[in-house]
Amino acid sequence: MGSMGMLVAREPDFMIHGVLKYELFGQEFWLTTTTVSMTIVSLLILALAFAANRTMKKATDVPGMFQNILELATEMLDKMAVGILNGNAHKFANYIGTIFAFILLNNLSGLLGLRAATADYGVTFLLGMVTFFIVQYQGIKNRRLRHFTSLFEPTPVLFPINIIGELANPISISLRLFANLLSGVIIMGLWYGMMPLLTNIGIPAALHVYCDVFSGCIQTYVFCMLTMVYINDKME
Amino acid sequence: MNFSGQDFIYGCSAIGAGLAMIAGIGPGVGQGIAAGYGASAVGRNPGAKSDITSTMLLGQAVAETTGLYGLVVAIILMFVKPFG
Repeated sequence: MGSMGMLVAREPDFMIHGVLKYELFGQEFWLTTTTVSMTIVSLLILALAFAANRTMKKATDVPGMFQNILELATEMLDKMAVGILNGNAHKFANYIGTIFAFILLNNLSGLLGLRAATADYGVTFLLGMVTFFIVQYQGIKNRRLRHFTSLFEPTPVLFPINIIGELANPISISLRLFANLLSGVIIMGLWYGMMPLLTNIGIPAALHVYCDVFSGCIQTYVFCMLTMVYINDKME
Repeated sequence: MNFSGQDFIYGCSAIGAGLAMIAGIGPGVGQGIAAGYGASAVGRNPGAKSDITSTMLLGQAVAETTGLYGLVVAIILMFVKPFG
């Protein structure tokens, strides 16, 4: 196995490891690799936000490079939101922009050597649940009672199917994001763990391009688009 | 040959994981057909290539989901070992 590299017994490692254990109110909690990578990415997003704020305060008509990128990103998000939500885009564009940046940078954190935080179902489940709560809240706010009686349309026999249809939305968007990233983490963990050391330099870049960049960007786009589509259904 | 009940359960979990991955056929066929339609649409209308491409990628990412459900079941059987 190690004929081309150092003779070191290496195991493929794509599991989540606990880093620190602490106690709160008698329950034991762990800080895991997911917590660490999510913290690093959050600090990165904060730094980006501060830099963007400072750049936009001194905005010029002929933009410099950073201002150009920021304007490009904002226009793309606005176009995406207006394309689906039409008149209500201004109410949700901020939230969609937030989760777009969060999910995108977490997906791409595999390029920095971190284990992506979104490859942990605990993170993506909560993202799906927030979408679920937003959708149900908008449904009740805009439709009042019709939101619950619409579960009995077109016939009351279809009530369980409609309920499952409502519940399947957050589960499917969270599972899609989680499984795409987990499969990338597993494949790359197997490559880095089991191939001889010399092939770990340069060749895994192809895997990173597909699993991290391509898959990560598409899954971010799909998550945000589907969230907006589900919200738009309830805005009536 | 004596093997314990625990080993038998692990073996059956492995077989179950393999059977769960048969669900990967569906997205493969479906997404290939969708890519074919996308390619012929670009051929008919080369100017709309980026619109067609992004629509096709969005549809394929959604259609991928059922194959991923099979992958999640297989991973749960192999690593979480709920019956172990």
